[in-house]
Amino acid sequence: MTMILANILIGVTVSLGVIFILVTAIGLIRLPDIYCRTHAASKSATLGVMFILLGVFLHFWLIEGIVNTRIILGIVFLFITGPVGGHVIGRSAYLSGVKMWDQSVKDELAPVIAERKKLDEQK
Amino acid sequence: MSFQIMLNFFIAFLWMFLTVSFNASTFVVGFLLGAMMLWITKGFFPGRFYMNRVWAVIKLILLFFKELILANIQVLLLIVQPKMPIKPAIFALPTVLEKDWEITLLSNLITLTPGTLVIDVSEDSKTLYIHAIDYGDADDAINSIKNTFEKAIQEVSR
Repeated sequence: MTMILANILIGVTVSLGVIFILVTAIGLIRLPDIYCRTHAASKSATLGVMFILLGVFLHFWLIEGIVNTRIILGIVFLFITGPVGGHVIGRSAYLSGVKMWDQSVKDELAPVIAERKKLDEQK
Repeated sequence: MSFQIMLNFFIAFLWMFLTVSFNASTFVVGFLLGAMMLWITKGFFPGRFYMNRVWAVIKLILLFFKELILANIQVLLLIVQPKMPIKPAIFALPTVLEKDWEITLLSNLITLTPGTLVIDVSEDSKTLYIHAIDYGDADDAINSIKNTFEKAIQEVSR
């Protein structure tokens, strides 16, 4: 009985992870510009890989009886570095002048960046 | 805060030496006794009782996981719709947080929450510039989420 429950738990976590990674891939193709794509990539990919790693951890723990703490560390590292990666990609794209999608509603950062550039030229 | 934790560990080791049994369960018992002693004498320490802060960190982590899962469901719903009703925008968010690690934590939280991504932090680190995937109807909701996150972080650092 407990074996069946464990298998169901592992199956559900791994399938959730695969679904989220599929969402990432579809989002990367369908979304219009780099900023929107970074949304899909930084959130869904992080959670997808985390769910798959969790499923692997549960499999080795509940079925094989091995507690592998390296997987937990991997989950924590992904959790910390995933959003930072998204932020850095978005920021470097903006600073190197990649345009936003033409149907974007509002851009409050452009005047700030222009001001910063002007200050740099004066120096 | 760190002084109280050190003191608690010291009391736990003292308890192990008093009972002459060096294993994990004795350590846990000593640690709980030490936490109780520190709670009784909390008036003598500057700052708050440190378990309050530990509790605030645990609440922040739970909030983080809840928002992460909500964010992914939102992205999923946006992407599978045929017309993709998205309205991207970059807006400014003034923040009251001051220390660098607080701002880093806040931007990490914002990046993992529904439909927002931190693009830039202003040079005086008083404003965050955030890219929202679906601006307009979400503005108030996003601001309220920021308030809960900012509150939770202040609760930790206070």
